[in-house]
Amino acid sequence: MSNDQAPKDYRESLIHLEYQYTAGSATTTFLNQVKEGRLVGQACPKCQAVYVPPRGSCPRDGIATTIEVPLTDKGCIESFTVVHIPIPGNPIVPPYVCAMVRLDKANISFLHLIQGVEIDNIRIGMRIQAVWKPKEEWTHSLENIKWFAPIDEPDIDVSTLRFQAS
Amino acid sequence: MSETKATLLKAPFELSYKYKRSSGPIMSQVFEGLAKKKILGSKSKANKVYAPAAEYDPHTREALTELIEVGPGGIIESWSWVHQPSNHHLIQTPFAFALIKLDGADTAMLHMISDCEKSDLAIGNRVKAVWSETPTESIADIQHFILDI
Ligand SMILES: [Zn+2]
Repeated sequence: MSNDQAPKDYRESLIHLEYQYTAGSATTTFLNQVKEGRLVGQACPKCQAVYVPPRGSCPRDGIATTIEVPLTDKGCIESFTVVHIPIPGNPIVPPYVCAMVRLDKANISFLHLIQGVEIDNIRIGMRIQAVWKPKEEWTHSLENIKWFAPIDEPDIDVSTLRFQAS
Repeated sequence: MSETKATLLKAPFELSYKYKRSSGPIMSQVFEGLAKKKILGSKSKANKVYAPAAEYDPHTREALTELIEVGPGGIIESWSWVHQPSNHHLIQTPFAFALIKLDGADTAMLHMISDCEKSDLAIGNRVKAVWSETPTESIADIQHFILDI
């Protein structure tokens, strides 16, 4: 082959997978509550750790998390990242901020969006609260929460959030 | 509150990545060849012929740049019958996936054998390529192989 021959241009290489997702009992219970605008975690009967979203068991103790724990929609930013690179098909225009959201009384965090604040002012420990979609649009999804926005409360020292087995 | 199995939430979930990738200078020629109803293999310095073509020799690590035509006939080296094709398969009637050693090649290529009964298939049987009339410069330009007895 001659070296001056240009390589063929790019070829489409579509990867497409179809699943049927079954939520399981813990996630079903959680999402049924989310549909009503409530955030309900589950606690481990042994170590008391509160999981939200609950997965039905405590990874520390290997037992079912049988205790339901109603939570508020307030918490703090445990960590965050500024996304600059657009993701094809994602309607959110960069730059935007994804954060690990730690709800009050919870011992784990989950990923959600932060809006309603200049990116430069976002910081770890910042107090935030959920901004919900209109009630008519609520479904079985954490997308019922549009994003979390800062509230006027003093920051939390996130080192105090570290789990201590009781 | 516990949920009975019947009330568990379920939802379809689709994961899709629309990649584009370059085939590179060697494999581009192979794909272009397929559109012209030619199967190209890679020939090493020691005259070993790899089909499907390879960019490097897996044993000597030499760059493989010489392409030669192989097939379009060959022999079945092994096969596996698909009784019930799923909607992802390119053939919707029962068929075989098979490793086919094309004439002139020293390695075997994975493809499909169609238009036959399971009882017709045996290791060592001859097959030949059936070409697509709407080439796309992909391995699917060989629609499938058929028995050539
Ligand atoms: Zn526990």
